[in-house]
Amino acid sequence: MRRKTLVCSILVALAAVLLYTDITFGTVIYSFNDLLRVVSGEQIPGISFALGELRIPRSLTALACGAAFGIAGSCFQHLLRNPLASPDIIGITSGANAAAVFGIVVLGASGLELSAISVAGGLLTTAVIAAFTWKRGLSLGRLILVGIAFGAMLDAASSWILVHADQWDIQSASRWLTGSLADTQWSDVLLSGIALSIGCIAIAPLSKRLDMLRLGDEIAASLGVRVGASQIAIICVSVTMLSIATSAVGPIAFVSFLSGPIARRISGYGSSALAESTLVGACLVLGSDIIAQHLLTEQMPVGVVTSVIGGPVLMLLMYISTRKGHLE
Amino acid sequence: MMKTQDSKGPDSTPAATGRPGPTSSITRDPHLETTGLSVGYGEHLVINNIDLDIPVGTIGAIIGPNGCGKSTFLRALARLLKPVNGTVLLNGADIASMPTKRVATQVGLLPQSSIAPEGITVSDLVSRGRYPYHRFGSAWNAEDQTAVDHALRATGMEGFADRPVDELSGGQRQRAWIALTLAQQTGIVLLDEPTTFLDVSYQLEVLDLLSDLNATEGTTIVMVLHDVNLAARYADWMLALCDGHQEALGTPDEILTEELVHRVFGVEATIVDDPASGMPMMIADRRHSLRARRALHETTVGGNSGARTAPKTERDAHHEHK
Repeated sequence: MRRKTLVCSILVALAAVLLYTDITFGTVIYSFNDLLRVVSGEQIPGISFALGELRIPRSLTALACGAAFGIAGSCFQHLLRNPLASPDIIGITSGANAAAVFGIVVLGASGLELSAISVAGGLLTTAVIAAFTWKRGLSLGRLILVGIAFGAMLDAASSWILVHADQWDIQSASRWLTGSLADTQWSDVLLSGIALSIGCIAIAPLSKRLDMLRLGDEIAASLGVRVGASQIAIICVSVTMLSIATSAVGPIAFVSFLSGPIARRISGYGSSALAESTLVGACLVLGSDIIAQHLLTEQMPVGVVTSVIGGPVLMLLMYISTRKGHLE
Repeated sequence: MMKTQDSKGPDSTPAATGRPGPTSSITRDPHLETTGLSVGYGEHLVINNIDLDIPVGTIGAIIGPNGCGKSTFLRALARLLKPVNGTVLLNGADIASMPTKRVATQVGLLPQSSIAPEGITVSDLVSRGRYPYHRFGSAWNAEDQTAVDHALRATGMEGFADRPVDELSGGQRQRAWIALTLAQQTGIVLLDEPTTFLDVSYQLEVLDLLSDLNATEGTTIVMVLHDVNLAARYADWMLALCDGHQEALGTPDEILTEELVHRVFGVEATIVDDPASGMPMMIADRRHSLRARRALHETTVGGNSGARTAPKTERDAHHEHK
């Protein structure tokens, strides 16, 4: 318990530092004083726009979406008892993203409407993948293979829509291909903030059940957990958060996948470390954004950076799982 | 000599075996029974019309060949499966209409396949057994701690409390899971093959632990065991299942006969007295089939190999004695 408090405090501090750095650091470096004045509502020519309209919404969106990706990923990994079963690997993020792309390009949707379309896409994808996987119980190996296949098809669908939408330049399209924080608006902050808050409130009472479900469905049931209802509730909350975040920033690769394992590594195993995963997710996106914007020779979408980190970890985990025979 | 379909069989067992009844330390003594219980998946009935009245404070064993519905029956007893027909009654009330958490404070089930999350410590695992006593936001209290400490002590795991479960030996791991079920503080504990994958010393260790628990706390124990001889040695009553039907129910010396073994397992066997316990013991005939040979292997591993050569007269004497 004491370790949990310590780890969470450190992560909160880290997230705060990253948030501050992400906001103030850049071609022009703003002082803390500038930031305070802008936040307090003072109009300073030049600075107000750069901070208030560009950098602050961008960084807050990074924070909220990263957290949403982290918590959703961790929930899936626990529920399916495998780190490979995170929604960005098994195609659910791709589903939410394809729906968002369809919503924007074909239907011209935005804001709340767009989020709703994305959530519907995410939930539908989850249901379809589950239906294809379900055959007298759930087989993890089958789920991952079916999920990867669906993910590839849905990504192809997103690309196809983007290619046919000629008003979209490559810069904007990159958001829906790898995930990007460019051109983030205050409306995105609002939506992802709401998604995160709802998710945290809804997940809190479910997290204990998630802890029990990790022991196996049967023993959880015999300890008084309503297994089916709990699983569905956790999946619905996770997918909703994930989809709203995806509709704001696109499918930032590997954040869902990486947050849980990193959080468990630093917080000690055993606990499901949901709070820690949330914070790690936020730190990952903020940190990657700083790298993507300032530490490379040219600016990159944030998803490129998370991919570079996540790819090798995925390969390593695949290798370990295959060797241990976890992927039958 | 057979007492098949005799549902009263187990009722007489505590007196018959001279086991101590429930002690005063037990505050509730839940009573579980099934009436005409049928359980199945789709059209196929896995359990067919079973009446069982589980006597409070006894140890019962469910035996039968693979796929006979033993585990399914146990799951239905713990409300994990819905009956197609019939009911499971807990203290006279239909278990299906009771809140899940209330059932979980009276009936505990240790399934065969449980997963210890990577790196979880023994005390953390055992403390999960307190789940049914908690609501959202309720804090861990002294009662919970007492229950966990007691469970760790009863299973001899107090020295391992801070060790990760995946670093333990098979027997210790199984004891940790049993400790979880004990921390649940249910008057009835159901176990699905608690000795599977364990060496003989661990098998005996686990069964002795359960036996002690029954003797000191009066906990009612029902377990699925694939080893007929261990079942006969530890159980007050046995239920033999075959193809979802009840083939026999009664004390081990009432029901464990050559004829029953043949009928249930399809194996020719000789029944002798187990010199260690005085209970009947099955020795499968080696000549007939590979299956029989495997069964023989089980008897020699699980029991006393000296009894294999016991003369036939001894068995006759045993039956005359009855």
